[in-house]
Amino acid sequence: MASIVFAILFYLATLLLVVGLLYRISTYARTPAPLKIPTTPAPTTTGGVVLRMTREVVFFESLFKANLWIWGFGWLFHASLALVILRHLRYFTEPVWEWVAFIQPFGMYAGITMLLGLCGLWARRLLVERIRYISTPSDHLMLVLLIGIAASGLMMKFAAHTDVIAVKSYFLGLMHFDVGVLPADLLLVVHLSLVVSLLVVFPNSKLLHAPGVFFSPTRNQKDDPREKRHLSAWAAKLESEK
Amino acid sequence: MADITAPAYRVIPIIPALKPGAMEGKGPFVAGDKLNEALGFPGQLVEDWHDRAIAKMGQLLSKYRSLKVFMDACVHCGACSDKCHYFIGTQDPKNMPVARQDLLRSVYRRYFTLPGKLFPKLVGARDLTREVLDEWYNYFNQCSECRRCSVFCPYGIDTAEVTMAAREILDSVGYGQKYSNEIIGKVHKIGNNLGLPGPALSDTLEGLEEDVKDATGIDVRFPMDVKGAEVLLITPSADFFAEPHIDSLIGYAKVFHATGTSWTLSSMSSEAGNFGMFIGNYDQLRTIALRIRQAALELGVKRIVVGECGHAWRVAYSFWNTLTGVGEGADPNDHFAQMLQKQLDHRYKQPAHICEFTWDMIQDNRLTFDKSANDKHIITFHDSCNVARGSRMGDLPGGQFEIPRNIIRAVANNFVEMAPSTTREQTFCCGGGGGLLTDDLLELRVKGALPRMEVLQQAVDEHGVNFMATICAICKAQFTKIMPIYGFDRKMVGGVHQLVSNAIQLGPK
Repeated sequence: MASIVFAILFYLATLLLVVGLLYRISTYARTPAPLKIPTTPAPTTTGGVVLRMTREVVFFESLFKANLWIWGFGWLFHASLALVILRHLRYFTEPVWEWVAFIQPFGMYAGITMLLGLCGLWARRLLVERIRYISTPSDHLMLVLLIGIAASGLMMKFAAHTDVIAVKSYFLGLMHFDVGVLPADLLLVVHLSLVVSLLVVFPNSKLLHAPGVFFSPTRNQKDDPREKRHLSAWAAKLESEK
Repeated sequence: MADITAPAYRVIPIIPALKPGAMEGKGPFVAGDKLNEALGFPGQLVEDWHDRAIAKMGQLLSKYRSLKVFMDACVHCGACSDKCHYFIGTQDPKNMPVARQDLLRSVYRRYFTLPGKLFPKLVGARDLTREVLDEWYNYFNQCSECRRCSVFCPYGIDTAEVTMAAREILDSVGYGQKYSNEIIGKVHKIGNNLGLPGPALSDTLEGLEEDVKDATGIDVRFPMDVKGAEVLLITPSADFFAEPHIDSLIGYAKVFHATGTSWTLSSMSSEAGNFGMFIGNYDQLRTIALRIRQAALELGVKRIVVGECGHAWRVAYSFWNTLTGVGEGADPNDHFAQMLQKQLDHRYKQPAHICEFTWDMIQDNRLTFDKSANDKHIITFHDSCNVARGSRMGDLPGGQFEIPRNIIRAVANNFVEMAPSTTREQTFCCGGGGGLLTDDLLELRVKGALPRMEVLQQAVDEHGVNFMATICAICKAQFTKIMPIYGFDRKMVGGVHQLVSNAIQLGPK
């Protein structure tokens, strides 16, 4: 029973995630940026913009300038999450790619640092007056959701082992539209339910900061307004009307 | 207004505790019928303001990627929460950039996102009520659009863009701000923000020629409407009569004189400032900027140079090419821009900042200075927000910081920096930018100046600073007004070209 329910949930959630994200990204891409508004000093070349975006996305450069606590916890969480996700590729590949096998131990510890980062962020949200003031219930819930995912995952690793070989064959099956049997294990059910929720929430929430940052005009525009005329379609129409 | 006092300096610049509601109801005067209608806005708050405001928001979301992305991307991380000078000075939590954005974002979520429609409480979504509208009016007129928050946001969210959108929505339902709309009306009617008509302007310029002659014995000209001049100077109208602005205007004229540059002002287009940006209205922004294009075409000038004005330089540097074609690199089929771009001399940057012009001349050894003329000053430099975070000078990123400082060092012996966390791109707003330089917002202006005043005091104590140079008409006006309230001499503030003017040698080399 659980096997079929989760199969349906995962297909549905993945579909919602992909369609939702594609829709959002296409909206961002289609919406014009009529004026040059990079936050200066800004790079004057495309290569420079790529570097700026890379520093922003990989190292959270602006956040580093803003607040070392938020940067520390935030970066720890995101970097750990990236490792954890990459580690999970082993459940979807057969044979497991070599580099995925190599990062397994790092990915495991990353689960712990991810939890640390999340708890740090939540502590700030609860304890710092300014951040408590701007927090909505969903901000707290989002952290609870991620903490739940990390904690249930870690418990399966360190407290009550689940039959990962069976889990893997279930997911490999799903990838070929072949619904197998999922081990009946409470921690696993919790972990997977929370992951399904995250996939559904993602394209409908502030988690859109992930694709959003790439479309932020203050970061991705070149500083060259004097050298090249920048004109959006709707602004150009104003000239033809005259 | 006389009872407004300066807030106490923080012992160490700690993050202030929250005082909810501290600045509630302290917004500026509302614009009346005539001011609004002159700009094509409804005279007063329309009956169906709710529907029209939501429709306008939808329209802006589809026209501006910045707004669309910024509404979605914020994660409430708090990086910006202690970065706004108005929050530091007033302690009102709604003056934290993220909270200010959330005034609009909460309504966006309610009307434009699924979770906001389904679970408004959960995601902090709100119906657009009259209270919310009033809150918009109040707090979006307590933002100077200085972009300091955008430096620190991990997604580059710029509250200025959100404030502009909110003001545009408010104007579209007849709930505009008096000061900005009045000034825009004056530009349309008379040609400058101060409402100085052409004859008054030429009187002023003649008077200036006499003053400079008396002081130096040299005939420095202040030409107006000269066809075929090489340079058209577009400068904030405050330069024509306000103190200390006028001393910088004299400085520009002396630089043109000493380098033998033929230049002119325009009586029709006698304003660099563009409050269309402050109210976030593209049509106003564009219409005001088109006066400069018209003047340039009529006078047949080869170069356009912009005087010391912060937001004007952002508009000129970043937007003029888009709005009017003043610049380079238009498509060959773009006849609108080509008409002007063919006329301009592209050996030079178009438009150029007066500091770029002067610095080029200094590097070419076309100017000589007696630096000792500025020895009475120990000088520091206040970076103006729009120059620092919304523009550039010269060829390299950061030229907007180096070039004015280079000029100061070339014309004076004593220059020191203020605390590095408050200069360059991290500079604090003077507290009066973004359309807030009005006496009905004096309390806000005084409190918003706190972070700058704290570090200025530090520079005074440590280095004996007695002159703060800046290249913005609004900074100059704001500081001369509020610095006495903090116990400083108003004459401590002046322009970079005021220092140039003091030291420049006009006679034969």
